[in-house]
Amino acid sequence: MAKKLLRGDNALSLIALVVLFVISAFASPYFLQVQNLLNILKQVSYSGMIGLGMAFVIIGGGIDLSVGSMTAFIGAVAILVLNALGGGALAIAAAFVVALLLGAASGFFNGIIVTRGRVAPFIVTLGTMAIFRSLTLYIGNAGQFIAQGDKYSNMGMSSLVGIPTAVIVFFAFAFALSVLLNRTRFGRHTCAVGANEKVAAFSAINVNVTRLFSYVITGLMVAVTAVLLSARMNSVNSSNSGQNFEMDAIAAVVIGGTPMTGGRGTIWGVVIGAIILGMINNMLNMLSVSPYLQGTVKGLVIIAAVFIQRGSAKDARA
Amino acid sequence: MTETLVRTTGITKEFSSVRVLNDISIEIRKGEILGIIGENGAGKSTFIKILSGIYAPTRGSIEFGGVAMDLRDAKAAKLAGVSLIPQEFNLVSTLNVYENIFLGDELRLRGGLLDRKGMIARTRELMADLKASVEPEASIGALSVAQKQMVEIAKAIKIESKLLIMDEPTTVLTSHEIEILFGLMRELKARGVTVVYISHKLREVKAICDRVMVLRDGEYICLEDAGALEIDEMARRMVGRELSQIFPPKSAPRGEVLLEVRNLSSPGAFSDVSFDLRAGEILGFSGLIGAGRTEVAEAIMGIRRTSGGGIRVMGRELVPRSPADAVAAGISYLSEDRQGSGVLTSFAVKKNVTLVSLRDYARPFIDSKKELERTAFYVDRFEIKTPSPEARLENLSGGNQQKVSLAKSMDTRPKILIVDEPTRGVDVKAKHDIYAFIRALADEGLAVMFISSELEEIIGMSGRVIVMKEGRAVGELEGDRVNEEEIMYYATGIKGGL
Repeated sequence: MAKKLLRGDNALSLIALVVLFVISAFASPYFLQVQNLLNILKQVSYSGMIGLGMAFVIIGGGIDLSVGSMTAFIGAVAILVLNALGGGALAIAAAFVVALLLGAASGFFNGIIVTRGRVAPFIVTLGTMAIFRSLTLYIGNAGQFIAQGDKYSNMGMSSLVGIPTAVIVFFAFAFALSVLLNRTRFGRHTCAVGANEKVAAFSAINVNVTRLFSYVITGLMVAVTAVLLSARMNSVNSSNSGQNFEMDAIAAVVIGGTPMTGGRGTIWGVVIGAIILGMINNMLNMLSVSPYLQGTVKGLVIIAAVFIQRGSAKDARA
Repeated sequence: MTETLVRTTGITKEFSSVRVLNDISIEIRKGEILGIIGENGAGKSTFIKILSGIYAPTRGSIEFGGVAMDLRDAKAAKLAGVSLIPQEFNLVSTLNVYENIFLGDELRLRGGLLDRKGMIARTRELMADLKASVEPEASIGALSVAQKQMVEIAKAIKIESKLLIMDEPTTVLTSHEIEILFGLMRELKARGVTVVYISHKLREVKAICDRVMVLRDGEYICLEDAGALEIDEMARRMVGRELSQIFPPKSAPRGEVLLEVRNLSSPGAFSDVSFDLRAGEILGFSGLIGAGRTEVAEAIMGIRRTSGGGIRVMGRELVPRSPADAVAAGISYLSEDRQGSGVLTSFAVKKNVTLVSLRDYARPFIDSKKELERTAFYVDRFEIKTPSPEARLENLSGGNQQKVSLAKSMDTRPKILIVDEPTRGVDVKAKHDIYAFIRALADEGLAVMFISSELEEIIGMSGRVIVMKEGRAVGELEGDRVNEEEIMYYATGIKGGL
């Protein structure tokens, strides 16, 4: 397993993770405390889960910018359903189901316009990014959606043997989607479509369906995130919930070693990428760097990650 | 007597201590056409890249017109009068024809603005010389592959050069276009220009070259008059052993009709095409580029819409809406554009082999062991040279990539195989192998539709040949009539009533 991890696309990011871990441990004695490490994991789980879906989109040669506002939109609708049904266990189940359906439908909408409509994914999802945010603001009158009762919030704060539920769900999905990418026809087809669409089409692969499905997976992952996050916060803020999630998700994918050009990629790399981002944030906090500067650091890390990938791709060719 | 233009002394080239060219000392005469032949990896391309200043040799020197040449400077070589037509296109697809021809070398008016009229007029002259129907203001993207090649040639002959180097210029050209190119080469030669000509097509080398140099594994083998060197002998020296015959013996047995195509038409591509294909048969499809052969294959594969006619596979009607339908019906297609639509160069050999047939390996999880077993089977059967089944295809030579492409087509266990230019850009040995494999597959009962622009292989492989011209099947030849003259009569419209 360890050997396998070190070979593929995520080798570099794994090394970066270890280096960063050691540096952080020396930089602050507080870093190595279990609670702090769990906090980092919890913080990155939400956008990380979206990153898992995003990886399929990027490997297939696309991008999805709408995931942040989609998170707010689906979270808001989930709370509306929950409140309408009284906030009990059944209401939570109903909110979950509605969220998943809405996530699948939103992803389907993005995907169908990209594939059937032949509009560039950047443009389509830039459009839906604005649409989802605007709908959320409209429904919520630019205010907050607050969940009724304690059950929802209890679920959001819950943990299993001390590990937050969101972290467990994140890793469970990472495992499942890694299998989907590496060991099923759909995963292989996604790589083929991203590597060369024409070869894929000539090889009897349904290019449109493959791409479409990658957006649906992302929509589903957004739905899971939206429910868990709104439950943890017990609310959704129509103007800033899910803000910058597209950036964090894409960053996790790229830092993890999946090239933006698609054709190949790694799911465990997304987990590594997300944790790297979380650790950097954590360290900046502990060193009391201004929160306003954290975006600068994140931006530089993304650029550096792509720059290093570019270099190593060149080496591989020579 | 004959004047020497280029003298190379002990040219040796190593890439990270691997010697790809060893001690080449030759003289190239002024006004001759020198052919260089050898298998892929023999060092031909390296040699001409050194001649044109793209690579500096590890050891050795070159005299050009009696003067020592600066070996590290492509620009100096260009100024000295060396121009190179590279094997791969170097055209900017968003610019048009004349802009490409004058790229980096633009004609300018006195004020510094571009002299568009002058460049267009010069381009028109160049195209007239090449007898090519290419409009100076056409965009590169809209040109056929053959037309692009003509633009590439025009770019090289734009400046009156002393030494013109051509690296496999005829791979994508039809016989007719090749004749025009050869005419031009003879004309250049008459004007005293020296031409170095690299090709895999020995018949052409024999026809056009004055002398031929053979390279093998980076070593100089011989340099002789083309007249004194028979084609079989060229092939033998290239490979270093006897190639009993380039083409395997034809076999006669024919089984039942597997594929019936009746009056098939596709708007703007071809119309009213009918033929039968039997088990064990290799049916050749010949014709000039643009005659509609590939388009017929694409229609059968469900990649191209049809407007009329029908297809029956083993008696059952097939209306293919996508390649998946055709594959399910038992048809496989080996595309003419290996890297563009045939194989995924960034994928492992294994993943290419199972790309179309992946359903057989996934239930629902892909059985990696079974994939490896099947890949090992093809590596063995098709003699694929690869460091490992997990190696990325981009690390393999063109010939081995093509064998992987063949394996990929065969792994769906088709009854009917359509091969489109199956030996394009592969070396003699791989060609020989591919011919033998296709013949063996046909002997096992596979029905093969064999599309090729190389008359030699059409004739060598097919029992029956359909000739297409301008989207119609204009002739069907069998037996003794499968020969170069007959095919060209139909392909060019002398026979066939069109």
